[in-house]
Amino acid sequence: MEARPRTSVAGPAPAAGRKKSPYPSWFYLPAAIVYAVLFLVPTVTSFYFSLTRWSIFDSQFIGFDNYVTFFREPALVSGLWHTVLYAVITSGLKVLLGLGLAVLLTSQIIGRGYLRSVVFFPVLVSTIGVGLTFTILLDPEEGLVNESLALIGVQGPGWLTDPSFALMSVALVDVWKGVGLATLIYIAGIVSIPQEYFEAARVDGATAWQNFVKIVLPLARPATFTVILLSLIGGLRSFDLIWAMTRGGPGFTSDVIASVIYKQYQAGFYGLSTAGNVVLFLLVTAIIFPLSRYLNSKEVDL
Amino acid sequence: MTRRHLALAVLSAATLALGACSAGDLGSSDDESGGGKVTLSFLTDNQPETVKMAEGLAKDFTAKNPDITVNVETRPQGTEGDNIVKTRLSTGDMTDMFMYNSGSLMQALAPQKNLAPVDDFAGQLDENFKKAVGSDGKIYGVPFGNYMAGAILYNKEVYDKNGLTVPTTWDEFQANNAKLKAAGVDPVIQTYGETWTSQLFILGDYHNVEAASPGWADQYTKNQAKYATTPAAKAGFDHLQQVHDAGYVNKDFASAKLTDGLNKLAKGQGAQYPILSAMVSQLIADNPGSENKIGLFAIPGTDTAKNGLTVWAPNGLYIPSSTSGDKLAAAKKFLGFVASPDGCASMGKSTTPTGPYAVTGCKLPDSVPQAVKDMQTYIDKQGASSLALEFLSPVKGPALEQICVEVGSGIRKADAAAKLYDEDVKKQAQQLGLEGW
Repeated sequence: MEARPRTSVAGPAPAAGRKKSPYPSWFYLPAAIVYAVLFLVPTVTSFYFSLTRWSIFDSQFIGFDNYVTFFREPALVSGLWHTVLYAVITSGLKVLLGLGLAVLLTSQIIGRGYLRSVVFFPVLVSTIGVGLTFTILLDPEEGLVNESLALIGVQGPGWLTDPSFALMSVALVDVWKGVGLATLIYIAGIVSIPQEYFEAARVDGATAWQNFVKIVLPLARPATFTVILLSLIGGLRSFDLIWAMTRGGPGFTSDVIASVIYKQYQAGFYGLSTAGNVVLFLLVTAIIFPLSRYLNSKEVDL
Repeated sequence: MTRRHLALAVLSAATLALGACSAGDLGSSDDESGGGKVTLSFLTDNQPETVKMAEGLAKDFTAKNPDITVNVETRPQGTEGDNIVKTRLSTGDMTDMFMYNSGSLMQALAPQKNLAPVDDFAGQLDENFKKAVGSDGKIYGVPFGNYMAGAILYNKEVYDKNGLTVPTTWDEFQANNAKLKAAGVDPVIQTYGETWTSQLFILGDYHNVEAASPGWADQYTKNQAKYATTPAAKAGFDHLQQVHDAGYVNKDFASAKLTDGLNKLAKGQGAQYPILSAMVSQLIADNPGSENKIGLFAIPGTDTAKNGLTVWAPNGLYIPSSTSGDKLAAAKKFLGFVASPDGCASMGKSTTPTGPYAVTGCKLPDSVPQAVKDMQTYIDKQGASSLALEFLSPVKGPALEQICVEVGSGIRKADAAAKLYDEDVKKQAQQLGLEGW
């Protein structure tokens, strides 16, 4: 009894052995209950319900039938491909544009504060609002975009109604909306690079390009990893913007996994959509987990 | 996401139920002091026309039966509304009466378990409607609203100007289209900006399917008949592909919306629009003076003699099995009123009827639009109308609209589309637990 306070006073973090918490463990209980009820239980039950055909009235165990049906869904195969395509394109463009904008907005240009907020502004607007606005702007007959193109004599395509353009148009809107966040992360990354490096480079007579390649690019690597991870996760599970703009259409040409799942839910195929969510969960984990491990290991090497 | 939505539905249903309880309790405690008075709650969807009709009925009924008051409550439309109705029924917390779809959606409510039979009114109802609210030889509802048709609305002035007559076969229809195109009018209007409007060539063609192979719906429900392998059924997909391939549709078909389509038709920029007949009321509201300009004909098939109209039965008015005692008697009285000429008159007063009534003895006023008169001609003729497939079979795939958009936009061919749709309906049949799937 008497020895204990002394040890804790002596060293805040003794190297050997685990420090005993000063609080009794039942203090964890409230948080543990909330976590279990709201997260653990639904996750586990959803794994079970993905193996059943259920409705509001009852459920019937059917093994892996839902998964078999789900992978036979013709929209799903193209949906998987669309999801990956969408995630890679949005993520790649956000990295490129975000980095470029960040370099521009950390240089000595006029109205820098104003320009920074303009770039960030689309992030603050609701996704559905952005989606509906762009649907109107991109209307093939009366939309502002095609009417402007017509002024210079170009016949614009049906951005959202032509099967070969629909997914790309949505991806570009997603980039427009999300690039502000990527830029912000990059600005933070670039600003945190110590000035000494740049001063040393100036003494050595480095050009601006050498500065960028040798100092900014390697030292902003943690920011790059954050942007890639965040935008890739966002792209893989993207749903709201696609749903607001095309509802997966025309036909199934801009369907991604999340919208396929939502349609199954809407049709009342609850078991099937639960199975779809499990698939989405596994897919995101399978892509993001190794990627994050890889990127983190790179960071340590730096 | 699924579970969260379910929880939300349960929560909102519970909130609604709480609201209903307190309002109902207040009402009945007031009434008990009056002696022998009953207050009924009545749940409808929140579409303005529906609410007007429900409130009109409630008022006219109370005027005749001063002891019974009817309170109208509303719920959202669509999937959210379906969930509310199902949740409240399964928890025994439904209002004393409620309005809901007839046909396969009503069958999904498990009527034997959840609804009270109302066979007393069988004599007052039209045969087609009885099929749509019947289960195991019992009848569970009375019609709330009018019939509508899945057919082709056409501009009579454009037809007259080009010397065309109403087609009864697909070949005649295509010949008309060729002349219209030559005259510089868009022959067929399509509006895939609202995807559901793409399905009419398939869903509205069901009379022709039934005429070619009677009893198709039963075989279809039992997994013995398929769209891909029945030529008459696949014809709908073929038609959709043909109008696209021949360039008979309006240029902005991919992005146009229902309202655009109706306006094009009214202005004569397009000649024909396959759509639900109930949309006539919106067309007239937006384009005053076009009541007699717009006619209606059934989707043409292969045989003139067998051509006929595919009709959608009105919504039903039901009593849940949780209603009992005085309230049950009062609710039945209300249903009896709705299924009588007085009820029809009351509904006709609230909104302009856009189709025939399903109650015997109810006549449409002479002032109805031309399209409704055309529709009545088909219904009065023996064997010239059938219920749509969704009233005869619970099997309907959710992706039909997307598949139709693909066919109508030239993304997928009719054969492949019919096969794909057959796969799509399989999921629905399995979810419902039907035999043979």
